[in-house]
Amino acid sequence: MGEHIIELKNIYKKFDDQHAKAAVLNNINLYINRNEFLTLLGPSGCGKTTTLRIVGGFETPTSGDIFYLGTNINNVPPYSRNINTVFQRYALFPNMTVEQNIAFGPSLKHKSKAEIDKGIEEMLELVNLKGFNKRKITTLSGGQQQRVAVARALINKPGVLLLDEPLGALDLKLRKEMQIELKRIQIESGITFLYVTHDQEEALTMSDTIAVMNDGMIQQIGTPEMIYNEPKNAFVADFIGESNIMKAIMVKDYLVRFLDCDFECIDADFGINKDVDIVLRPEDIELLKPTEGKPTGEVVSSIFKGVHYEMRVICGDELILSHSTKYYEPGTIVSIDVRPENIQVMHVSEWSDTIIGAKRAQLRSWEDAR
Amino acid sequence: MKKSSKLLAIPLIIWLAVFVVVPFVIIIYYGVTVENDAGVISVSFENLKRFADPMYLKVFLRSIKIALISTMVCLLIGYPVAYILSRSASKYKGLIMLLIMMPMWMNFLLRTYSWMSLLENSGIINSILQALGLDKVQFLYNEGAVTFGTVYNFLPFMIMPINTTLLKLDDSLLEAAYDLGAKPAQRFFRITLPFSMPGVLSGIAMVFVPSVTTFVISQLMGGGKVPLIGDIIEKQFRVVNDWHFGATISLVVMIVVLSFMFVINRTDKQDAGERSMIL
Repeated sequence: MGEHIIELKNIYKKFDDQHAKAAVLNNINLYINRNEFLTLLGPSGCGKTTTLRIVGGFETPTSGDIFYLGTNINNVPPYSRNINTVFQRYALFPNMTVEQNIAFGPSLKHKSKAEIDKGIEEMLELVNLKGFNKRKITTLSGGQQQRVAVARALINKPGVLLLDEPLGALDLKLRKEMQIELKRIQIESGITFLYVTHDQEEALTMSDTIAVMNDGMIQQIGTPEMIYNEPKNAFVADFIGESNIMKAIMVKDYLVRFLDCDFECIDADFGINKDVDIVLRPEDIELLKPTEGKPTGEVVSSIFKGVHYEMRVICGDELILSHSTKYYEPGTIVSIDVRPENIQVMHVSEWSDTIIGAKRAQLRSWEDAR
Repeated sequence: MKKSSKLLAIPLIIWLAVFVVVPFVIIIYYGVTVENDAGVISVSFENLKRFADPMYLKVFLRSIKIALISTMVCLLIGYPVAYILSRSASKYKGLIMLLIMMPMWMNFLLRTYSWMSLLENSGIINSILQALGLDKVQFLYNEGAVTFGTVYNFLPFMIMPINTTLLKLDDSLLEAAYDLGAKPAQRFFRITLPFSMPGVLSGIAMVFVPSVTTFVISQLMGGGKVPLIGDIIEKQFRVVNDWHFGATISLVVMIVVLSFMFVINRTDKQDAGERSMIL
């Protein structure tokens, strides 16, 4: 892989005012390659923003080291780091024009007027805001402010651009447009992006690499495909996409038992008759006419979603969610089948009980409804 | 709805008419007229000519000078205080704010008399100096004493508006400035100071205007040796009983103060557009 532009080593962070609470960051180890789009993804309070702020220099780690291209930057103040930030609420200077905002960085570096003007034009073109030079910040829409914030940061040609939930304040349609825009800007400018979001769909759309965080720890790092298809534990599986997570028993290598049936799978090395968690994506669950040897259940709801039907099947102790183009009426008895490669076996983790408990609660409410 | 909201404005309109417009008209009437010995009132600008006398102008210029110096001193003391208070996370912040405000809840005269008893020739401070074997210092009855009294009395009016605007300054703006390469001093002059300008300007107005027109402070702290324009006006109404001349001087002072406010307001408006260009 390429050069590590940022590297975090054994980062711990505790805030002073937290009484006897666990650390905000608990041994974070992470590197970012040059030109990579890396997303820190996790629920609020997972430590993702704190990690970003440590890279930006707005927080200092309680212990651990931050490296920029191999140089330790623990004690380098934000204004001397070759890193710029797009803040959550943009933090544009309200009484300056678009152009004055963008010129703020370069003007501090005593660049010539001509050079700054050229930079501004390039940036406005990059973010599709040509001709907005003299506009007041207060007259811009959320999406436009977002673009100015990106331009104001990128004109400094930072080694890394940090983005702290930059699309959080936009409506859904604009957010989707901006996701594509940001990805385009990242590719065009060739700058490394470190992106923070709690929106898994956003992370899947834009990232080269996703680091899923929870409780101040990185749960899994990988490409969007890896994170989605091969979640490491119940937390990751539950947080990314829709999923059926349940307890299972790994009978032996390549054979796992759930829903009181044995299924072939492609995982091994879990041992004999071990408790495991499994995740099945709804689109991987096939519903068939009742078949010998397959678990059967009753369809309890069938909702048309455009591309597919979203169906819920009660099968023994489990509520199974299935996405399929084939429609079954509620009340129908069906068999459930999954192909071996679509069964993801995971080690039992500290979140298993809570997550599976929540799924069980859903099952009960469906049973009551029936 | 529309009608009832208009009705709600009636008390205000009556108030403004009775207590602002009518008195103002009366002052203008007195200001541009004179009364001769026979008691006949006629329109005349004679009083304006009288005011052009160097004796009066000297007093007027002194008032402006003391007001300007007081405003400057208030700004130099008040800004850092307001800044520290607005940025501090200390739990004593509220207490400090309370201590700044507290003197304002005490009677104005009482406050000024207290300073006099502290600063008098036989006052507390001079007694201490004497006890230490040092010479007495003549604190009172000079321009310095009047300026000090003005600063002491009006300082909170500088701190409050600056503090209020600085509180509105979002931390993320300061972080953004840091992020974009501004060192602490650059950040202050490029972001914090321009952002707080509206507060600074209203602080200046709130200190300058009462300082120009004060007469209590000059009478007490100045002991009548440093008369200000407020003293002259007061004398015309209460001692000389020449309401016409008093009204004329009041009008002139008002015009000067209004022009001052106008300049301040202009700066404020211009500032909104060109804030970053100030420094």
